[in-house]
Amino acid sequence: MAWVLDHLDLVWSLTLTHVGLCVPPIVLGFVISVPLGYWASRSSAARSVLLTAGNIAYTIPGIALVVLVPVVLGLPILNPLNVVVALLLYAVAIMVRSAADAFASVAAEVRQSATAQGFAATQLFWRVELPLAGPVLLAGVRVVSVSTISLATVAALVGIPSLGSFFTDGFQRNFAVETLTGLVAVLVVAAVFDLILGGLGRLLMPWNRRRRLSSSAAKALSQPIPTTGRF
Amino acid sequence: MHRITRRGALGAAAVAAALSVGLAGCSSSSSLAGNGSSSASASGSAASGAAKTIVVGSANFGENEILGYIYGGALADKGYTVSYKPAIGARAAYLPALQSGEINLVPEYAGSLLSYLDKTANAKSGDAVKAGIDAKVGTLNAKALDFAPAADSDSLNVTAAFAKSKGLTSIADLSKAGAITLAANPEFATRPDGIKGLQSVYGLKNITFKAINDGGGPTTLKALLANQVQVADIYSTTPSIQQNKLVTLTDPKNLFASQQVVPIVSTSKATSDLDTIVNGVSAKLTTADLLDLNTKASGSSKPDYQALATAWLKSKGL
Amino acid sequence: MLFVQAIQWILDGSHWSVVNFQAGIAQELADHLWISFVAVVFTAAVALPIGLFIGHTGKGRAGAVVIANVARAVPTLGLLSVLLVMWLAFPPTVLVFVLLGVPPLLAGAYAGLESIDRQTIDAARAVGMTERQILFQVELPLAAPLILGGLRSSTLQIIASVALVSNFGINSLGDFILGGLAANDFVQMTAGAILVTVLALLVDGVLAVLQRLAAPRGVSRGRGPSTARVRRLPVAPRGAPIPEGK
Repeated sequence: MAWVLDHLDLVWSLTLTHVGLCVPPIVLGFVISVPLGYWASRSSAARSVLLTAGNIAYTIPGIALVVLVPVVLGLPILNPLNVVVALLLYAVAIMVRSAADAFASVAAEVRQSATAQGFAATQLFWRVELPLAGPVLLAGVRVVSVSTISLATVAALVGIPSLGSFFTDGFQRNFAVETLTGLVAVLVVAAVFDLILGGLGRLLMPWNRRRRLSSSAAKALSQPIPTTGRF
Repeated sequence: MHRITRRGALGAAAVAAALSVGLAGCSSSSSLAGNGSSSASASGSAASGAAKTIVVGSANFGENEILGYIYGGALADKGYTVSYKPAIGARAAYLPALQSGEINLVPEYAGSLLSYLDKTANAKSGDAVKAGIDAKVGTLNAKALDFAPAADSDSLNVTAAFAKSKGLTSIADLSKAGAITLAANPEFATRPDGIKGLQSVYGLKNITFKAINDGGGPTTLKALLANQVQVADIYSTTPSIQQNKLVTLTDPKNLFASQQVVPIVSTSKATSDLDTIVNGVSAKLTTADLLDLNTKASGSSKPDYQALATAWLKSKGL
Repeated sequence: MLFVQAIQWILDGSHWSVVNFQAGIAQELADHLWISFVAVVFTAAVALPIGLFIGHTGKGRAGAVVIANVARAVPTLGLLSVLLVMWLAFPPTVLVFVLLGVPPLLAGAYAGLESIDRQTIDAARAVGMTERQILFQVELPLAAPLILGGLRSSTLQIIASVALVSNFGINSLGDFILGGLAANDFVQMTAGAILVTVLALLVDGVLAVLQRLAAPRGVSRGRGPSTARVRRLPVAPRGAPIPEGK
């Protein structure tokens, strides 16, 4: 415990570094996945191609991806952008599926009646489909957020600092307190992000109060979701 | 062919730089992980005007990290702006980073550095190693400064019981030990002075390799003591060798060359001022110091590497 | 090209017996599969009973969701580091991957049972089936595809993540990735990544076939878990796998 108290500044700075690695993939992953998911919900061919690609993408071991990204992009090996790109790929792989399910959950009857009321295609998307898809989209982002935060720790294996540095350093020094510190910090960051996302959801979707978990959400839960410290 | 293209498209580099600056904005400098990424150095342009800005890198084991903080600390005392990228990984990871200018200074070990630079090198004496390094180190856009008296070489260790039962004193004796497994960092498999050297220099064909990525640290030791491996590569300045009464096999054919500590600096950063400061530090660094630093680092209080480095500098009046 | 070279590396017969004086592909593959297999078996032993209990009784669902999500947030690298600093080798390793595998299978099990039309179960009860009979003769067969879908997710993740143990001196296909990293050998590293990916997809393919076979006749087979049809009701699904406030 004394060690932790002596190193609060280190915990804090690594936490910020870690957050810096995680926010871009979570945000960009969402932005990229929404149109892709929408497309997948409209075309079964697109759906099967995108979801299969996503499935394969998240089977690639994370560390291999982190090391191969600089080779492919021609970036310096210690550039944190490598980790960001790798995390982004995983984020999109998960999020496209959620987005596709989200838009598919908007009932055809609802779309038809909106069209009948004279909504143009863009209006239909922004004012009907997106809001109705919102809850499932949010669910997807929350999963992406948790897994990205957990996954970013492997950056430490390739010399890019993150909360995972506590794991590699603690392991090398045979120091359980340090690894546990990293572990707890990751969990706390994940929980804070989840609270923020939940809050955002309530703010943006005030109509979506407590309701029983729908079957689509139940299915989303049982979908393969890349988790945690993917190598 | 499959080397990293370090100077990629300008656009990519610009995006990279912009993003890494953004990320760096989130992180203040710290001891363990240093500065996440420091300004323009990440984009590969080391030759910027700020020659007094130095990024110190290190390999992923404690002693090397401490050495990085020692050199960095001395430079910071003399007015340099120093940031750290500690624990980057193996030689094959941090030397390319030096070459590209992502880091500017890294503490090296002479013999292993030479065999990395020149796969056919067989220089063993200090002077010959120095000449060999000087001839090749330019390919890294860097130069080698003075060797420190301190040396930390790879050393092959066995438990006392195993040494006794098989009658082992030197590496050559391993030929009579039957089928054995040797643990070391993953790069030992491909290093010229690793398994390949054991085969070609000592003619040992009975060794299976087991990579354990902790630089001869606690897990390697556990595996050795549990007889999961019979031989372990543990750096010679590691206190666990004495603490566990391990037998270090002698190296009569000098497979492991002179492994004096030698700081390597980007040529773009190496001014006579910097060279003087760094050489002044190296001159006072002894093998006993390394053993002492490693003993303290592995002690139960787990002191910070940077604090150890600062204390050492102070004790030497630097 | 890197990818082609990596394929050639894998097809090189000598790499199946020895790679850089270390265990070759055959040995690493066997060790990788063994750790994965043991982890999947223990995952099933933990997750199935709990998932079936929750799905059948409807009790404890909120708790399970919270636990599953917390488990999801635990970084495997960190947990491995912690456990291996304290003990060495096999048992803690497997434990880590069980933790990784439980959430998807647990979710698959209770979601599978919950997806069954309540009228079907009421009918079973009306014809006098006992709770045990309902569970094993009605719910389990009907839920089998979703349960196997969960098992697929668990297995996929376990196989992809087991590569991590190589960092701690335990054999797995990750040795090729880490060895390649340490030696700046991108071909070997890519080969390692391909091996892990292909292994995971192959095992997943086998389970996908099982999943298809498991769908009882007379029940819509769907088109695998990826085409989960969503209820066509004008109800905005709440849809948060992570409950508010966590």
